[in-house]
Amino acid sequence: MSLTAFLQYCLTGISIGGIYALIAIGYTMVYGILRLINFAHGDIFMMAAYFMIFAMTDFFLPWQVSVVIVIVATIVLGVVIEWLAYRPLRSAPRMSIMISAIGVSYLLQNLATYLFSALPKGYPEIPFLKQIIHLGNVSTSLVTFITPILTIGLVAALMFIINHTKVGMAMRAVSRDFETAQLMGIKINRVISFTFVIGCFLAAIGSVLYFTPRATVNPLSGALPGIKCFVAAVFGGIGSIPGAVVGGFLIGISETFIKAFGYSEFSDAFTFVLLILILLIRPSGLFGEKQTEKV
Amino acid sequence: MSNILEIRDLVVSYGGIEAVKNISLDVPEGQIVTLIGANGAGKSTTLKTISGIVKPKSASIRFQGEELSGKSPDYIVSKGITLVPEGRRVFDNLSVAENLKIGAYLRRDSLKGDMEYVYGLFPRLKEREWQMAGTLSGGEQQMLAVGRALMSRPKLIMMDEPSLGLAPLIVKAIFEIIKTINEEGITVLLIEQNANMALKVADKGYVMETGEIKMEGTGAELLANEEIKEAYLGKQKK
Repeated sequence: MSLTAFLQYCLTGISIGGIYALIAIGYTMVYGILRLINFAHGDIFMMAAYFMIFAMTDFFLPWQVSVVIVIVATIVLGVVIEWLAYRPLRSAPRMSIMISAIGVSYLLQNLATYLFSALPKGYPEIPFLKQIIHLGNVSTSLVTFITPILTIGLVAALMFIINHTKVGMAMRAVSRDFETAQLMGIKINRVISFTFVIGCFLAAIGSVLYFTPRATVNPLSGALPGIKCFVAAVFGGIGSIPGAVVGGFLIGISETFIKAFGYSEFSDAFTFVLLILILLIRPSGLFGEKQTEKV
Repeated sequence: MSNILEIRDLVVSYGGIEAVKNISLDVPEGQIVTLIGANGAGKSTTLKTISGIVKPKSASIRFQGEELSGKSPDYIVSKGITLVPEGRRVFDNLSVAENLKIGAYLRRDSLKGDMEYVYGLFPRLKEREWQMAGTLSGGEQQMLAVGRALMSRPKLIMMDEPSLGLAPLIVKAIFEIIKTINEEGITVLLIEQNANMALKVADKGYVMETGEIKMEGTGAELLANEEIKEAYLGKQKK
């Protein structure tokens, strides 16, 4: 492999890794606060792609406006899902809420099939993001180049919110102890909704970055990226945001290089081998908290 | 003296079992009132119900004349009632300073003076300001839990077993703090297993047994009562 090709693959891997990181954060934050694996997260990401098609293809809106609409619509979808499918189960056993999440996942897939048909739909072109730029010998589309930069920027902003703002402090408190957080006067439902807002915001941005280079969307487009990002979150230690970012980048880079060496058919299998290995060797993940049950 | 808190006919049930059966109690403003009784008597449930975390089956809970039964915990905190929960329950993933700040979550004014006030009461907390609360000792965590509750500027502070699992010296210090807080005008409603110490500081006491109030009186009266001596103070009848 020539150096140029190596750098090219690195860039591609880092870029897809950044997208995975953005989605993985959604899994890890919801888990951190609700101890729930939000299986619907990948499908929310898929719905975001359809929102983009709606805005740009059906309503002919400029892409800048469309992105804003996609973000808002995705956030509304996520918050409504939490409100309808998770909130009523707040004091139910954890298994119930997890099954509810699986149900929402299938509901979204089938809803998308019903509304938009199972046939792939063309994802709108965003010429600005698809323009080719040259960095030395490496040439790439702008979206590949800006994805990791945007990811790092968003993660930094998120860490700031969590560690240095009042709502971030409330999120950390709620994630540790619902009842005591309530005693402080924190409205826990608002904090949980806010967590979904952040997760969906990142998923919406991830969706635009992910589908722009890929031309089509179908109702199952969110399933595989969703599960990969879940693995990324588990790998990093679910509940840990830096962990999710590291896990996302690792899976993105690894699968790109596996494809580069000609083992494309194994690139997805790799993700799941990684899942099995991490569960065997270090179940709490790279940066995971020690297993402490909530009391 | 007027009552800051009046509870009438409080019934709380968990899954069909009545943990609190029709109790009534009064907390006079500016006093220390204690609720003593064995495990499972319904003391903690009573405090949790007052703070809005547990919903009563039926009750009238009047605080400064306002009915609070059925209101949300954040509303109740905003009215000036705070609970120091059993087992301290500090946020171990937050620093000491953040634990104090989160106690004042509903306030929008400056917290600086209040932080200084709490650090004045508990100089140990000032030293450990930037440490994670999880690294504190049990006694320090209890101080932090009390300090955190004071940050909401309560009119009534409720404490659930503040001396539980602490060394005798620390217990003494905690009771000193309870007196200090009270002298500054904050009404205290205290639950204790340590009936002896609780009754000594209390102006008024209630004895709870299996969800009912069995006896009430001034702290001194209850301390002198033969039945209480035997049941809660560990003294034999002569």
